[in-house]
Amino acid sequence: MGDVKLLGLWYSPFVHRVEWALKIKGVEYEFIEENLQNKSPLLLESNPIHKKIPVFFHNGKPICESMVIVEYIDEAFEGPSILPKDPYDRAIARFWAKFLDDKLQAIGKTFFFKGEEQEKAKGEAYETLKVLDNEVKDKKFFVADKFGFADIAANFVGLWLGVFEEATGIVLVTREKFPNFCAWRDEYINCTQNKEYLPPRDELLAHFQARFQAAAAASK
Amino acid sequence: MANDEVILLDFWPSMFGMRLRIALAEKEVKYESKEEDLRNKSPLLLQMNPVHKKIPVLIHNGKPICESIIAVEYIDEVWKDKAPLLPTDPYERAQARFWADYIDKKFFDSGRKIWTTKGEEQEAAKKDFIECLKVLEGALGEKPFFGGDNLGFVDVALIGFYSWFFAYETYGNFSTEAECPKFVTWAKRCMQRDSVAKSLPDQHKVLEFVQTLRKKYGIE
Repeated sequence: MGDVKLLGLWYSPFVHRVEWALKIKGVEYEFIEENLQNKSPLLLESNPIHKKIPVFFHNGKPICESMVIVEYIDEAFEGPSILPKDPYDRAIARFWAKFLDDKLQAIGKTFFFKGEEQEKAKGEAYETLKVLDNEVKDKKFFVADKFGFADIAANFVGLWLGVFEEATGIVLVTREKFPNFCAWRDEYINCTQNKEYLPPRDELLAHFQARFQAAAAASK
Repeated sequence: MANDEVILLDFWPSMFGMRLRIALAEKEVKYESKEEDLRNKSPLLLQMNPVHKKIPVLIHNGKPICESIIAVEYIDEVWKDKAPLLPTDPYERAQARFWADYIDKKFFDSGRKIWTTKGEEQEAAKKDFIECLKVLEGALGEKPFFGGDNLGFVDVALIGFYSWFFAYETYGNFSTEAECPKFVTWAKRCMQRDSVAKSLPDQHKVLEFVQTLRKKYGIE
């Protein structure tokens, strides 16, 4: 297995994706907690381009970008496959993982920004949710009826989005607007398969409630 | 593979379309190219890429693959007996994917801002652009190609932008050769390959195209 380390923070959806992949493969790893207010030399050296977490280390060599790391873990370690075998299915899995990853920023801005930028982000978020609502209709998993790559990338919209909504009172998702997405999300959070891999929702909520409250207090 | 039907929905100045042209040429895959009018998108494009409605789209035996980097990976996996683009080592593959992601996230935007902005914003864009080139030069190191001795995944992802350099330099009033000679040496080396030379449009035509876009957006 070699020496495996993960630099990150427990509440980050990006870091969580990597942990999910490692757990699927049964890989033991050392978790190193980062301080984003005072970035460590390790982070700055191993991810000089983006200076972001997660950074994954295998035998001392760093890999950055959560879905790049997940793909690496799938290729480097034995165990259940995360990406499908068929090239076309793989392309579909990568497509949805990219979609979920790219659109995350706009959704995030809805909660972290104010004014015009927030309104613009809300619009983009609704567009994203419309697409997802259409895609997950009558589907539990994104590709070929099997849990995998895109479903891991979906952790943000599956769990974190709802937490952000509750922590801020800003609601994007309603059952009227996005019935299929809600059905998919309910299953995603509660199914036995995922439950053991997702962080405890109440802990995530407590963390982000405190964060949003602090941000609100600071901006007064 | 003899009875494969391969169609590429493309737009001649697109550096993303160029990636697929090069990959298909490297693999010696016969395909039909359909030029899209982006002001009047074809029913086929809207059907094959309903989520983004963008080119390029690769259609293989009737099934669409969207997003250029994903399509290049698909091409590499399906036509795996010729001209491998991704390396075999998982760590090297992760690095290649990281750089493709960097090109899409950072490089494209900085280049675009050079011809779409003026004054201080443009100066900042130029700085960013040159900074990106220097980072990419660092990643290339002493190798002839990002892929090593042969054209690889990152080379294919990046070289199309070179056809836009003349336009960037004209509007940004700078010389890439003066700022990053190593980068230009690499680009010229790529251009010596048939697959690249035949896939990139004439840089003067690209400049004319950018001129019409600037008029259309009222940037003059």
